[in-house]
Amino acid sequence: MSERDHTSVLRARGVRKHYGQGDGLVRAVDGVDLDVTPGETVAVMGPSGCGKSTLLHLLGGLDRLSAGEVWLGGLRIDPIGEKALARMRRTAVGFVFQAFHLMDELTAVENVELPALLAGSSARAARQRALRLLERVGLADRAGFLPASLSGGQRQRVAIARALANEPLVVLADEPTGNLDSAATLDVLRLFETLHEGGQTLLIVTHDERIAATADRLISMRDGAFVDETRLTGVTTGQLGALVGLEG
Amino acid sequence: MGRVLLVGRLAARNLRRRPAEAALLLVAMMAATTVLTLGLVLHGVTDDPYQDTREATAGPDVVASFAPDNYMGQPADLAGLEALADAPGVSDHSGPYPVVGAELAADGVTGSRRTPRGEEVGGAAGVWAVGRDPAAASVDQPELTQGSWVRDGGAVVEAGFADALDVGEGDQITLRTRLCTPMTPTTPEQHCRVVNDHSFRVVGVAVTAAARPYPGVCFAPFCPWFAEAMEDARPQGPPPDEPPPDEAVDDERFMEDPVEPGLVWLTEADARGLAPAEEFLSYVVNLKLADPADAPAFVNAHFSSSTEAQVLETWRDIRAGHDQLVQDTQNVLVIGSRLLAILAVSSVAVLVGGRMADQTRRVGLLKAVGGTPRVVAAALLAEYVAVALLAAAAGLAAGWLAAPLLTDPGAGLLGSAGAPSLTLSVAAQVTAVALGVALVATFVPALRAARTSTVHALTDTARPPRRTPRLIAISARLPIPLLLGLRVAARRPRRVVLNTISIFVTVTGVVAVLAAKTLIGQDAQLVGGTDPGTVRANQVLLVITVSLVALAAVNAIFVTWATALDAKHSSALARALGATPQQVSTGLSAAQVLPALAGAVLGLAGGIALFNGLGGGEDGVTGPPLWQMLAVAPVTVLVVAALTTIPARIGARRPTAQILQAELA
Repeated sequence: MSERDHTSVLRARGVRKHYGQGDGLVRAVDGVDLDVTPGETVAVMGPSGCGKSTLLHLLGGLDRLSAGEVWLGGLRIDPIGEKALARMRRTAVGFVFQAFHLMDELTAVENVELPALLAGSSARAARQRALRLLERVGLADRAGFLPASLSGGQRQRVAIARALANEPLVVLADEPTGNLDSAATLDVLRLFETLHEGGQTLLIVTHDERIAATADRLISMRDGAFVDETRLTGVTTGQLGALVGLEG
Repeated sequence: MGRVLLVGRLAARNLRRRPAEAALLLVAMMAATTVLTLGLVLHGVTDDPYQDTREATAGPDVVASFAPDNYMGQPADLAGLEALADAPGVSDHSGPYPVVGAELAADGVTGSRRTPRGEEVGGAAGVWAVGRDPAAASVDQPELTQGSWVRDGGAVVEAGFADALDVGEGDQITLRTRLCTPMTPTTPEQHCRVVNDHSFRVVGVAVTAAARPYPGVCFAPFCPWFAEAMEDARPQGPPPDEPPPDEAVDDERFMEDPVEPGLVWLTEADARGLAPAEEFLSYVVNLKLADPADAPAFVNAHFSSSTEAQVLETWRDIRAGHDQLVQDTQNVLVIGSRLLAILAVSSVAVLVGGRMADQTRRVGLLKAVGGTPRVVAAALLAEYVAVALLAAAAGLAAGWLAAPLLTDPGAGLLGSAGAPSLTLSVAAQVTAVALGVALVATFVPALRAARTSTVHALTDTARPPRRTPRLIAISARLPIPLLLGLRVAARRPRRVVLNTISIFVTVTGVVAVLAAKTLIGQDAQLVGGTDPGTVRANQVLLVITVSLVALAAVNAIFVTWATALDAKHSSALARALGATPQQVSTGLSAAQVLPALAGAVLGLAGGIALFNGLGGGEDGVTGPPLWQMLAVAPVTVLVVAALTTIPARIGARRPTAQILQAELA
């Protein structure tokens, strides 16, 4: 029987992910507690290998927990089966990856409409929504382009549009600017800001301080555990470019 | 020398790194080389047993039989036969002996005898009964393998016939003769009645080199082989003895000819006693020539194209009759080996494609340390050439060892065929096919690898998938598993083509085998015993079917696994975006099932065409039942779906996060 929690969009308690055993035991995530409220943007920062990406995968149901509990949209997801997890991911989560993970043989609009098709939308409805999302991320004129013909920033904006295809409860972004140059990073930051203003819940893991500065809350992570938390709400509003040092 | 050594060493290392794949490659190629070897080494394998039998029985060089012209009321031309015996070049002879066409019934004869009118008589076999002296003849004295030679009331059954009927010394047989009215335009109905019905005890079983093997024994006037030869030699126009169309004939003038008959020997008196009267008897004389090589010229010189009542056969014609049993087998095996070679190309191409993707980084490393494109291509090709050579050697050995199973000359000849000779030509052909399979399947991937830039290869970038806009648009309107399956298939059109060809070839083979089995079954019902040709044909068809199906099954698994590996990133991404593992695995299976369906439908037509192309559909022979033919396509698709389930399931359940993270590593 599913248990429900109505206060947080995303809630984690005592989340652990261990690999190996005995002397070879690796504690990738070690006892993380987290609450993300609706419309909040949370940034998780830390050095490479501290377990940020693993945490994101655990919270999005892409990987299984060793211990702990995860609640998404009030539904506990850690004990449910693969099929139910997949269904949950269709509507509750949108992923943005560092490597974009676009399908090379699909155009921008075909990539964006894919989650809607997987969720059972009609081809026409999925296409219309994908075109609207591409317009929203400023790539309406690139809808028919293959990923190979797009710049890194454009690819990531396509990936963000894809993450929004099914109006997810939360967008989980894994180093979304990790592969981008400064100009493209600024584009993506602006896009996240727009999403934040529109009330989209965002959880971003990054080791880029400029991204972290745009969040409502910044959590520092080290050796698989949260070590610090700072509330930043309001500081970035209207001054994004200047604050993050990307504009002259 | 150093470069050759390097290439050899690299190839050996690569093979050792993936022994299971190397073994599967070997099996795929070996299936084709073994069947091809079998097909090639069967040529002429019955020559030795026939020669042994000919020597042991003082076999004739020419067998001449003359029949009466019952319509014109003329008895067999005995004087003509005797003149033949005295003809120049004849050094010895036996006969003339009386011959009667009859029906044989015995316990255990379960088949049916076919009459010339197409009717079937249950529990009986057609037979020619030859009357012989109890004393030994100087030409064609059948060699006894059981019991003793003919005596009054005692019959000797030809060994191949006895074996097929399961009749032996001490058994009781009944010989019946029938007298019929002729069939003319004004009397199309032929009426026959039994005129004699005599019982005999089987006193012996013997072999002879003077007759074709059961069920092809023939004497005048009913010898289909000779009739075919006469057809070519006869001047155009109606046969000379054709009755006038308006003449009504209703008296009994003809003895019924045996169809697909065997051979028994009786005493002359017993043979004459089977015929309703002397004028219905045919006669046979066995001639020994001074030079056996003159037999064809002798037959040509004495053959009369003006009558159907004479049959002259040389010892070579009779030997060809024995060879025919193996010849049919050989033809089926050679065709089967071609189908298997196509399947092997498909198997090897899929495997090589998968291995090449895995070796991209190694290619980059080889180039980075100074390997030229030629060395890279040579190293990759050497690996498959080595497997091909091994498959050729193993196939030659397996085919040579298995050949005696299919070359048993049957009970109709003395001795055994022994191990067929493995000539240099056979070895060269088999090796060429194996190397051809390897080169056709690996040349393009090896060339591609050799041309890949070093940096590109070192980054191990996956080969970009092909984009097919129309299929992508169509798939958006399909259920999720089909959407995923169609898109996965469309990424690699070459693999889809290979998959379709594989199923097409298999279904073509299976449908042709089904049709051939139906034909054999129909023929076997009309032969009054176990036809040795039918037994052998069934064995060969079984070998071909099992090989085709096994290789196609291996192919289906290869293709699915290669697809699952190739699509692991897109599958992981689909799952991250909300596809369930079942939808992904069903999609992977669907990617194989869709081309399989196309291949199966094309294969149905291909199989029928192959069967008809080989002359199977002639003479109004009916093919297999429609339901059997139609069932092949869905059964194939179901089998492919079942075979692909496990690799697809494993491929679809790989950890998503790990795959998506791996791209950053």
